[in-house]
Amino acid sequence: MDLNVLIVDDSAAIRKILVRVLSQTDLPIKNLHEANDGSEALKILEHNDVSLVLSDINMPNVDGIELLTRIKAQPKYKNLAVVMITTEGSQAKVMEAVQLGAKGYVRKPFTAEQIKEKVLSCLKSAEV
Amino acid sequence: MDDDFLVKSVISAAKDVFGMMLGLEATAGETYMEENVPTEKERVVALIGLAGTWVGTGMISCSPDLACKISSLLLMTDCDGVSEDVLDAMAEMANMIYGNVKTELEEQVGGLGLSIPTVIFGRNFATRSIGKQSWTVVPLNVKSETGTELMELKICLTQNKDYQQSARPHMRPYSVLREDM
Repeated sequence: MDLNVLIVDDSAAIRKILVRVLSQTDLPIKNLHEANDGSEALKILEHNDVSLVLSDINMPNVDGIELLTRIKAQPKYKNLAVVMITTEGSQAKVMEAVQLGAKGYVRKPFTAEQIKEKVLSCLKSAEV
Repeated sequence: MDDDFLVKSVISAAKDVFGMMLGLEATAGETYMEENVPTEKERVVALIGLAGTWVGTGMISCSPDLACKISSLLLMTDCDGVSEDVLDAMAEMANMIYGNVKTELEEQVGGLGLSIPTVIFGRNFATRSIGKQSWTVVPLNVKSETGTELMELKICLTQNKDYQQSARPHMRPYSVLREDM
């Protein structure tokens, strides 16, 4: 099954890194979409059949927690797996994201292997 | 806040970022204090603000060559000079290093907010953080195949005496506001 992945981060550098890392995996990725913040991400989700979202937490406009909340509030996104990737390391934020339905959490800095492992485990558990 | 704790947090965060994101070994030299001295050499500098019970600025500063090397390793692309990619890479390095410093410091001083980074490329400029005259500087020796190069990690933080009395919630860090909700 082909995957459509959405990367949400206000840092162009992190978006580029994640695109490179995911492109080098064996995952059957069909499309890699990029958004600068949660607001852009919601527009992309509206018009594309995305199966996995990798999102930062601290972003301008609509942040990662708000994005996750809006995704989980809509039944049409019930199978959409969301992984948070952020420098925000506080336990409260992690718990908040998990309670809201995030499939996983990767803290920056990260290695390419950590991203691959997290994506694979999330896809497996979500059966995307 | 304990100065040793601050310096250890900066060194630990920087080593993690260099090791995990770039695969480079970094070792810290002796920490020193620095006034606002203009630099004559070309530098690429990324600045990021911290605000909460303590306020101030974190900075990373290095030569264009090292910035280019960092960008090349981080973004996995070739680098021919200081481009938009290099500035983005330096901004993200500052964000990751001081984002992790913030997390460490929050254990001691409570919630802190982090600004969006600002990157400067140039020469003959000085930087000043209002409220404190000197920077704590941690020299970081970055080892690569082509030799060892220097990155300076600078931070100046001062206690925010108005923080507790603030009656303007919109002036408080976003992370703190969320915890109140």
